[in-house]
Amino acid sequence: MLEIRGVRAGYGAVAVLHGIDLDAAAGQVSCIMGRNGAGKTTLLRAVMGLLPVTAGSVRLGGAPIHHLPAHEVPRRGIGYVPQGRRLFGPLTVAENLEIGLMARRRGAAVRDRVLGLFPRLAERLGQAAATLSGGEQQMLAIGRALCLEPAVLLLDEPTEGLQPSMVALIRDTVARLRAEGVAVVLVEQRVETALAVADRLAFVTGGRVAETVAARGLAADAPQFAAHVGV
Amino acid sequence: MAAVLALTAVGLSLVFGVMRVVNVAHGEFFMLGAVTAWFVATHVPGPPWAGFLAALVICPLVVGAVAAAADMAVLKRLNYDPEATIVATIGLLYILQQTALTVYGPEARPVPAPFAWSIRLPWFGWSGYKLAVIAAAAAILLGVWLLLTRTRAGLVMRATQVDRETARAFGIDTDRVYAGVFALGAALAAMAAVLIVPIQQAHYLMGHDPLLLSFVVVIIGGLGSLRGTLVAALVIGLSDGVISVFFSPTLAKILATLFVAGVLVFRPQGLFGARA
Ligand SMILES: Nc1ncnc2c1ncn2[C@@H]1O[C@H](COP(=O)(O)OP(=O)(O)OP(=O)(O)O)[C@@H](O)[C@H]1O
Ligand SMILES: [Mg+2]
Repeated sequence: MLEIRGVRAGYGAVAVLHGIDLDAAAGQVSCIMGRNGAGKTTLLRAVMGLLPVTAGSVRLGGAPIHHLPAHEVPRRGIGYVPQGRRLFGPLTVAENLEIGLMARRRGAAVRDRVLGLFPRLAERLGQAAATLSGGEQQMLAIGRALCLEPAVLLLDEPTEGLQPSMVALIRDTVARLRAEGVAVVLVEQRVETALAVADRLAFVTGGRVAETVAARGLAADAPQFAAHVGV
Repeated sequence: MAAVLALTAVGLSLVFGVMRVVNVAHGEFFMLGAVTAWFVATHVPGPPWAGFLAALVICPLVVGAVAAAADMAVLKRLNYDPEATIVATIGLLYILQQTALTVYGPEARPVPAPFAWSIRLPWFGWSGYKLAVIAAAAAILLGVWLLLTRTRAGLVMRATQVDRETARAFGIDTDRVYAGVFALGAALAAMAAVLIVPIQQAHYLMGHDPLLLSFVVVIIGGLGSLRGTLVAALVIGLSDGVISVFFSPTLAKILATLFVAGVLVFRPQGLFGARA
């Protein structure tokens, strides 16, 4: 579904990614792991067109998307849950969802499905997003992206700083999207969560994917984690 | 006039609020509105109200188009850097002013009021036109408020204001939003100018006062806070009028200056602005 080939990107003169290769298939969860500052967020931003891709290609269903202006990328069906959630804080829950719906002209039916997934949001539609609890904010960030009915969903550390019950809810949500056939790309630091939801793990080091392994049967004390994530 | 001042100041505040651009050329968009109003009024045949109505429609469109072009040709290339855009809009101010001087000339020219009747109250007369201006300005401001709070275009503007990058990640063409907001801000100044030219003549240097007063209003109200801008415009405009009539215009200016200084010292974010 999503094919990333030899992608280089960075900030001005500073190159961060030196040729990333990664695939995300429909109905699979591809987990990106790596140390702080490895370039995980940079990779997702480059895929979204928010940073220029200076070399390599990103294809969605075979069609190149790395030359598109950023606002065209979500319209092709890529949903994005940024690190730190990046909600439109002063806007209400309903308005945040509306922004998501507008991207691909989805209507009330999609909105109701998203609210069915996160009933707590339905009770707070008129509340400013900034006043939600951390867990509710993450639900809204995911819900906003699901309003696009995305074929590919990029999640950047969605469980960061959340309590165990919220982490479990997000895991369930990811498993459900996988079952629905969404291609999920998940940046995750916790080994346990990664092993629980991922089909494949990609370890990013030095701006490259150092290794890609199947998650099934991998032990939590596998050497890859020590080598690339530092746990 | 408070009503017209509010329109101009809201334009300035809107542009700053969404784009973080301090538009020093805002007063020139006002001037451009007045000057084009004169052109339209003198070239549209028929009674004064026909020319006036035409100006009320054409001038905001023309000035908005000029502003959108300036946004795309200059501000966008500067990536909306807050300092670079101040310098750039100073340049824009100069260009617009000199163009007006060249094309329109140094004379002040009047535009006839669309109608002339007045209400006589025991202690002073109100010209009907001034009342109509207040009503029109109020209607336009209500329209802007509805646009921002009740429409999809407004939602898109507010989302872009909060987080431009995330807005783009949700399919919002923020370049278009910026051009549109800049054009809307300029169009508001132009509408204010069309309303004012029957009272005050069109002149190529007329942009300075409204620019300064708009900044005063916006400083008091809080940059980017539309509610604060409206309240401040009313307070400044009304008190200026009342004090000028009953005491002296100089006293009004002195009091306004002291008020601004007080706000700057004690509440630099403005009366309604959020702390940065
Ligand atoms: N806006 C920026 N300008 C310049 N350099 C940046 C910027 N954002 C990130 N970087 C640099 O790029 C590198 C990769 O950062 P990135 O945010 O992609 O890391 P990450 O893998 O997501 O880390 P984390 O696990 O902490 O989220 C870092 O060295 C960082 O300092
Ligand atoms: Mg990151």
